[in-house]
Amino acid sequence: MFSENQSLLSRLIQNLLLIIYSIFALFPLFWMALITFKSDLQMFNTTFFFTPTLDNYKAVLIGTDYIKTFIDNVIVSGGAVLVSVIAGVPAAYALARFNFKYKEDLAFTILSFKFAPEILVILPLFMIYQKLHLYDTYLGLIWVYQLITMPLLIWVVRGYFEDISVEVEQAAELDGYPWYSVFWKILLPLIKPGLVASALLAFIFAWNSFTFSLQLSGFNIQTVTVASLRYIASDTVHYGQMAVAATIAALPEVILALLIQKHLVRGLSFGAVKG
Amino acid sequence: MAKLKSVEAEVAQDNSLYNKKPWLTRARPYLIIAPSLLITIGILVPFVSAIFYSLTNYSFRSPNWKFIGLGNWIDALTSPEYWHAIWVTIQYAAATTISEMLLGLGIAILLSRETRFTKILRVVLIFPLMIAPVIATLIWQLMTNNSVGIIEKFLNLFNIYNFTWSSSPKTALFTAALIDFWVYAPFVIVLILAGIQSLPKSPFEASRIDGGSAWFTFKNLTLPMLKPFLYIALIFRLMAAMQEFAIIFALTKGGPGDTLMNLSVTAYNTGFAFMKFGKSLPYILTLWLIINIISKRLVANWQKVMKQASGNS
Repeated sequence: MFSENQSLLSRLIQNLLLIIYSIFALFPLFWMALITFKSDLQMFNTTFFFTPTLDNYKAVLIGTDYIKTFIDNVIVSGGAVLVSVIAGVPAAYALARFNFKYKEDLAFTILSFKFAPEILVILPLFMIYQKLHLYDTYLGLIWVYQLITMPLLIWVVRGYFEDISVEVEQAAELDGYPWYSVFWKILLPLIKPGLVASALLAFIFAWNSFTFSLQLSGFNIQTVTVASLRYIASDTVHYGQMAVAATIAALPEVILALLIQKHLVRGLSFGAVKG
Repeated sequence: MAKLKSVEAEVAQDNSLYNKKPWLTRARPYLIIAPSLLITIGILVPFVSAIFYSLTNYSFRSPNWKFIGLGNWIDALTSPEYWHAIWVTIQYAAATTISEMLLGLGIAILLSRETRFTKILRVVLIFPLMIAPVIATLIWQLMTNNSVGIIEKFLNLFNIYNFTWSSSPKTALFTAALIDFWVYAPFVIVLILAGIQSLPKSPFEASRIDGGSAWFTFKNLTLPMLKPFLYIALIFRLMAAMQEFAIIFALTKGGPGDTLMNLSVTAYNTGFAFMKFGKSLPYILTLWLIINIISKRLVANWQKVMKQASGNS
């Protein structure tokens, strides 16, 4: 949209600004990964050049329960996404294809869950979960995580269903397929790439969630975000171990982000922007 | 947009058929949606009970509680902490949202050129956005650490030693906002970038032929056409910034002193650290009310802007 025949100077300035921003955005990640290989001793007197060591990884992975935390996080986030896919995809289909009373009200109610202050949810829930014995359980966390994953899946997947021409369905229905086999055999395969991307994005959001697991779980189940607080709060001098904890928590997300690039804008905007 | 309209019309037509069908067919959409609603609303029952409990002196410590009417609300509204929390909430939301929107727009425009550099950058700059805010805070605490942090070493080159970052009331908000910006600026950038890439080419060519200056084109063409995208970015960012909890809690738990005690953090501290459940609710219900009003307003505006942009008004 901008003219290509800009002066050399203006291009130079533009590139310079971009370089400054990319250093700001990416250097912290690079540096964090770098110091995971630095021993506690070298932390103070070296910058970029030092003798690499794997001691920090050993200390975190073997010396603490960080691996258990990591697995807990996978179970809770994965479980939350699974429940949201099973219950949310049919709902998204209904919102995309059927016309019924209060349709938009229902859709906006689901969306509003995303904007509800998380603290407002956990204050009463903390009490109720203890009564229902859901406190500190996988089921309890998976349930409350629905507030993160369900609105996302329903809104994004609804958009993917709307993209499919109604004629596709009508043709199949004329051929005598009942609506559920149309849904299962024709529509689902068509939206599969979008669905997988939304599910992965929902997984990232659930993985990153902090407030819910901070207060609704404790000793049995700990998520990576809550466990990493340990490293911030304590006056530890094991900076390398802090970096290992952060790197291990960040790595899955960076990899997932690369996989869903194409669908990212759409997912992030809950389907409002069709990137 | 036009395509969507026609689909809607077809669906509507389709449904006029369904309406003549038996009860089960008409109930079908509700039945399909029911599980997802039950799961999410089930979790929100306590949410409604929060209003009820805000009228009691319930505490996590003692099982005995009674109605105290508007006591908690009067206590909150007459306390300086309440107004301080609202002020911090506004400051934090304004600092982060404004910086992310303005710089995000600028960077998105810079990234909209097609070069090898911008193509790579578009992919990798989303990394900070994918990282949990708590983990981002951890990274920045390492970066700004006064004994091992790389930024400290960098600032030493300019004769700046022991910059206070989150430990002084003067720089705490800046530090928290910086981390927020690091995490969420890419969100604004990718949304606006998607908007720029979806713009039609011909108005811009016409403007160039007519000799319109870059600023004129930006103000009269680019900005109005980007409005729907700017609105979406604004809605998502503002709603989240007003209730930010993770970054502030991980950084200083609201400190130093009460510098970063916004409504979320104050409610959390009152409810869980001091175990005064009933007392904590006015704070968070106030936040919920503010968010509700503003989001309704912004969403309505967004829908209006969408209509204008698609020329259907």
